[in-house]
Amino acid sequence: MSELTILQDSADRRKAIVALFARNGILIAFAVFMIGFTLANERFLSLDNVLGVVRSSAILGCIALGVTFVVISGNLDLSVGSMMSFSTIVVLDLHDKIGPALAIPVMFAMTMALGALIGFLVGYLKLNSLIVTLGMLSAIHGLTLTYSGGKNMDIADKEGTWFSVFGQGTVFGLPVPVIIFVTLALILGVFLARTAFGRKVYAVGGNGVAATFSGIPRARVVFLTYVISSFCVAMAGLLQASRSLGSQNTVGQGLELDVLAAVILGGASLLGGSGTVFKTVIGVLILGFITNGLLLVGLQFYVQYVVTWVIIILAVWLDVAAKRGRLWSPIA
Amino acid sequence: MSTPALRLENIVKTFPGVRALDGVSFEVMPGEVHALLGENGAGKSTLMKVLGGIYQPNEGQIYIEEQASKMASPLDAKSKGVVFIHQELSLADELTVAENIYLGELPRKSFGRVDWATLYANSAAILKRLNCGFTPQTRVGSLSIANKQMVEIARALTVEAKAVIFDEPTASLTDAEKVVLFDIITDLRGQGVGIVYISHRMDEIFTISDRISVLRDGSYRGSLITADTNEDEVTQLMIGRSLDLTHAIVPNELGDVALSVEGLSCGSLFQDVSFQVRAGEVVGFYGLVGAGRTEIAETLFGLRSATAGTVKISGEDVQVNSPIDAISQGISLVPEDRKQQGLVLGMNCRDNMTLPQVAELTNGPFVSHAKEVDIYNVYHDKLEIKTPSWKQLAGNLSGGNQQKIVIGKWLSMAPKVLIVDEPTRGIDVGSKSEIHKLIRDLAAQGYAIIVISSEMPEVLRVSDRVIAMFHGRIMREFTAKEVTEDNLVQAISGIIPDKVA
Amino acid sequence: MKNENIKLFMAKGAIWGFIILELIFFSVAGEFFSLSDKAFMDWDNMLLLFKQSAPIGIIALGMTIIMINGNIDLSVGATFALCAVVMLDSMTWPIFAGLGNWVIPIAWALALITGMVLGLINGLIVWKTGVDAFIVTLGSMLGFRGLVFMYNGENPTSHLNWTLVDMAEADILGVETPTIIFVVCTLLIWLLMTRTVHGRNAYAVGDNREAAVNAGIRVGPHMVWNFVLIGFLAALSSVVFYSSSGSVNPNDGTLYELWVITAVVLGGTKLVGGSGSVISTFGGVIAIQLLRKGLGHIGADTAMVNLVIGLILIAVLFLDQQLNRKGKEELKV
Repeated sequence: MSELTILQDSADRRKAIVALFARNGILIAFAVFMIGFTLANERFLSLDNVLGVVRSSAILGCIALGVTFVVISGNLDLSVGSMMSFSTIVVLDLHDKIGPALAIPVMFAMTMALGALIGFLVGYLKLNSLIVTLGMLSAIHGLTLTYSGGKNMDIADKEGTWFSVFGQGTVFGLPVPVIIFVTLALILGVFLARTAFGRKVYAVGGNGVAATFSGIPRARVVFLTYVISSFCVAMAGLLQASRSLGSQNTVGQGLELDVLAAVILGGASLLGGSGTVFKTVIGVLILGFITNGLLLVGLQFYVQYVVTWVIIILAVWLDVAAKRGRLWSPIA
Repeated sequence: MSTPALRLENIVKTFPGVRALDGVSFEVMPGEVHALLGENGAGKSTLMKVLGGIYQPNEGQIYIEEQASKMASPLDAKSKGVVFIHQELSLADELTVAENIYLGELPRKSFGRVDWATLYANSAAILKRLNCGFTPQTRVGSLSIANKQMVEIARALTVEAKAVIFDEPTASLTDAEKVVLFDIITDLRGQGVGIVYISHRMDEIFTISDRISVLRDGSYRGSLITADTNEDEVTQLMIGRSLDLTHAIVPNELGDVALSVEGLSCGSLFQDVSFQVRAGEVVGFYGLVGAGRTEIAETLFGLRSATAGTVKISGEDVQVNSPIDAISQGISLVPEDRKQQGLVLGMNCRDNMTLPQVAELTNGPFVSHAKEVDIYNVYHDKLEIKTPSWKQLAGNLSGGNQQKIVIGKWLSMAPKVLIVDEPTRGIDVGSKSEIHKLIRDLAAQGYAIIVISSEMPEVLRVSDRVIAMFHGRIMREFTAKEVTEDNLVQAISGIIPDKVA
Repeated sequence: MKNENIKLFMAKGAIWGFIILELIFFSVAGEFFSLSDKAFMDWDNMLLLFKQSAPIGIIALGMTIIMINGNIDLSVGATFALCAVVMLDSMTWPIFAGLGNWVIPIAWALALITGMVLGLINGLIVWKTGVDAFIVTLGSMLGFRGLVFMYNGENPTSHLNWTLVDMAEADILGVETPTIIFVVCTLLIWLLMTRTVHGRNAYAVGDNREAAVNAGIRVGPHMVWNFVLIGFLAALSSVVFYSSSGSVNPNDGTLYELWVITAVVLGGTKLVGGSGSVISTFGGVIAIQLLRKGLGHIGADTAMVNLVIGLILIAVLFLDQQLNRKGKEELKV
């Protein structure tokens, strides 16, 4: 019996070490990155640069906020990139047709209708979220192409519209996109952490079966996470459209991977049940600084792809390893 | 006297917090059918998993034909002649019978090609030995469960088995199929194979076995020669005389009928179930795994759709289509598997306890932590939950405390009917007693309680009435005064008494 | 029992029925909507169909095995592009300068090796870290694409070698090389899955991984082999396609995995693993290509095709779920 107890302790100790490393490894790695970049290029930590990073991360960040809800509840959303393209194109198009004041709410409604559809398929019909959102990625892309007739979308009168304030304006020196991102993060953060709905999201993601046994309406909760996600995508589309006042219909392509990377970097588990809005914001910033850092040291944007790849694999590996208590997989 | 085909000496197996096997010794002679009996949790499956190479014993030795051996894995055990036929089938539906029989050992030709001729010939021979009606080329997915079981048994015969272990083999078989199984066992025995037969079913054990050994609470209790004994003697060995009768049932003032079930059925899971539960009483459901008890609870709680029958709460007909309905009708279920169904292990104690009503515990739009902690504290005290703070993650608690959290969760909903499925499974003896006392106390406070259990002492200790189930039907209903260990065991084993007491 | 057999038949035969439906639909609709004079079911058009199916089809064969194992591979599109870059660029490398046209088989070999190495990377990570294949390949989808861009920035990589093009566009009795390679591959993979130990084990690994491990099958190396195989097939597909096209853009192959997975799922292979057939995947590939051609024939554009494909994937998922329901006695969780 005593021999067994000793074994238990060392196994537990190993488990604890792996867990500790997993939880803080990302931050340690990030610190290393930051130091490295600062040494390589002194502009890295200048106020100007930092603000610029936050500003350019705002669009990705908004989407990541919504996807956090989806991931915590144990699902995925690979359609956010093409959904954002859709939002951007639609609002630009409607801007010239019905004016910005109407275009914005209509675009939000249309985007959220798509989100509701996905929420219905994954929540109520219980279809696999990976495949459903992969299919929707294509379908929405097709929808966007059809809507735009394959052309780029531009606003006719770029100077005369107040629409540009969202993407280009500043309030007290802070760029509006940053203000919107931070506000959205605060609202959603509080919503997730302090309301009954937020608690239900964690329950569904932590143990969907136990949640159902406890009377939680799992289908409805999952449905709403996709609606929230699509709201955030619409917001990102608004910011994008407002920033450039014109856009290609593939503007959002590939964003879903960066969003997922940010969420994973922030420490949310892809298995569901953990993560917070605040952590996602950190993840977004980490990703933003890495991209920026790579640029400043003269590496091209695609190097970031490789770096992001390595980071995703390491982050998820450590998460999985922490849960099973062993670094390597036990499969023979 | 010949040497035992298989012998285990002083096997000890522990898991965190539980001593599952406490120095068990066991042997099987060649050509003998040795039945292994014991209640749920007695250690039968654990012992056989040690033998089958799935678990490694902490202490003790295994001997195959008196040669000391280690079973490193199921494959290793099989190569040494010890084959385990599981309760859960491990077949690949898309492959043929022959491919499943020889899974992992498919005969090869050059270039990694399968030697179909040899494969089918060998498989056909085995199937013939077992008198199976299907061909080796049949796709396993299309077979009935009984036939699938035949394939599992066939897998065992690809080697010259010295010992074959059957774990509850007749759970899903019809009587006709059982006869076929017994013929196979008789055949094997004639060929000098030593057979271990694990089962609850008395009639089968008395039909097929030569010897009966009993395990209880992880230790060996004794052996009997089948021909020289009877069901009562065996039952006594299983139950022992240590039944604690100091907690005799104190009957309460009974209130109105809280739950009334009439003719409830759910397909093949259970049929024509009728019973009532009044406020102040505990009705215990006892039976073997698969008897349908949990399925009834799940149906009452809205997790399954009934195919027939009615349910009344406090005299009113109710339709329960989901747990949300059930909760609003005043039904609460403490589920069988507290880790998979009862708790979100990654959440803390307080959050787990308040989950069903979290939407009501609010201060404006936000959840009121104060209200939550209040509820937690009430039940923390009432149920004597032992944890340093509510912030502990449910996954870090002991089994007993975890169970108390789940019970507290449902008590806080003030249900009219409380169903508790396996209240003390995997819980240490001290906490078991506490929970039993708790259940009696709750009944005294006026709750209508259903307890489902696979542990006889537990059922006898808490129930005012006991309902015995077998194969989806209610066999008998006993009052606390009528029920004895013997007649209860017999009822759940499908034995109908010649005259009702 | 009868119900089960009917369902099984419907499930397996469905894809061929679907193809026939498509042929009928587009032939008829083509009469009203088509921009060209030729009928839909024209012999040359159908032969072209097979040739156009080859790039996706060859990869889909590999994806079938991966999915039978219960895994998935989202990086095939990036592998496709990277192998093309290696093939085309290597023909301009100074070391091979003196070889003349003998550089062609070397370029091919390099491309195929690249594919296998990429597959090996995926397989090893899945095996050793225990991270789910979809996350691993989601990451490599990004990482491999990054490598593609790193090769030549955002510029296309091209090399024109007329011998190569001639070889790629050659035909035997009117059937062009891509079609031949696609059909040969289908046959070989079919033989692998139905006649070899490795192929039969794949079903066990996907159906019940634990049972497979207990039966002594070495699941880890098995899965690695399959990832190497799909890497090889992605490379082969790339070689076939780019030998005749001669130029690859760094964004090529984006979303190929969507097409491949749709074809495989449409053909009847289940996402959860344990079942699937190469012949059905062949049917699924033809069905998808037929859909593309048919939609084009009646005047629909790329956008419409994307939309339809996405919706079909979801519809197939739904149908698959419905056909697998256990009925009244199900637990509602």
